Amino acid sequence: CGAVVMAQKGARPYDRIGEQVFAKVDKINAELFTLTYGSIVTQLVKDYEDLGEVNTQLEKMGYNIGVRLIEEFLARSNVGRCADFTETAEVVAKVGFKMFLGITANVTDWDAEKKEFSLVLDDNPLTEFVELPESYNKLWYANILCGVIRGALEMVQMKVEATYVKCVLHGHDASEIRVVLKEILTDEIPASMRDE
Amino acid sequence: MSVPYTFTIVGKNDNPLYEAEFASGVKAKEQAHHLSQFVIHSSIDLVEEAVWKSTAMNLKGVDRFGKSYISSFVTAGHIKFMLLHEKKEEDAIKGFFQDVYELYVKIAINPFYQLNTPITSVAFDSRVKKLGAKYF
Repeated sequence: CGAVVMAQKGARPYDRIGEQVFAKVDKINAELFTLTYGSIVTQLVKDYEDLGEVNTQLEKMGYNIGVRLIEEFLARSNVGRCADFTETAEVVAKVGFKMFLGITANVTDWDAEKKEFSLVLDDNPLTEFVELPESYNKLWYANILCGVIRGALEMVQMKVEATYVKCVLHGHDASEIRVVLKEILTDEIPASMRDE
Repeated sequence: MSVPYTFTIVGKNDNPLYEAEFASGVKAKEQAHHLSQFVIHSSIDLVEEAVWKSTAMNLKGVDRFGKSYISSFVTAGHIKFMLLHEKKEEDAIKGFFQDVYELYVKIAINPFYQLNTPITSVAFDSRVKKLGAKYF
């Protein structure tokens, strides 16, 4: 009965799975986390000076985190293979975000082909207490999350692009990340191992 | 005719970080404004001495100037909140200082705010003014 429920699209169970996993993992102090991330961003801003470059660097850092994070995620959450991209979206939003950030995101705005969606975040521990100075309009402060999503999904054979389209620090009501599926990667046997 | 309350935040090098005035229904005169600033700054020396005599952050009344009192609250990082006021309302002032302190901590936690620099946040300004209206 549990298996049938899990196969349904957009099923409620992911919320519950997310909470169960969140309860099991170790926690750290939220302020320490926020302050650490804050000092990473300000240091990057000082080092690179160009805000576009800072966005790129944050995304790269996120990518490196994501490729490693996925192992921890799969080991702890025991979530099975997703049937399709829509299920992937729900798992990322309800289980992934819950497990690592303690928040759940909402999946919205699917395109007709079910290859793109938006992740809407109402609050985000990374951005607590942050106020962007006026000249920082180009900066996507929590851009590291886009990289994490890209890195993690690449390890499970999905090549995606994730970009911020709205951010609470820029005055919007909620933050929104647009995730676009570029291609499904198939494992290629390396040339050296192929039988010619 | 009452002089409005003048609230100033002073940094570690006696540099002003923030200023606000709360009039209890009276408009501030330009001249009175400069006088308030001068009075507050002249009492900073007394605050510096008083800081080492007490372990509390709220130093309450530290100085007098004519009919006005000056109360002070010094944070752990030696950022001084100074208030110039006419009436001795210790409780209201204590509450006010506590609430402003909380707002200040939130500003300090912002990674983009450099400590000891002027506070330019509009949100902070409007919240402090609301607190002023609430307490005085």
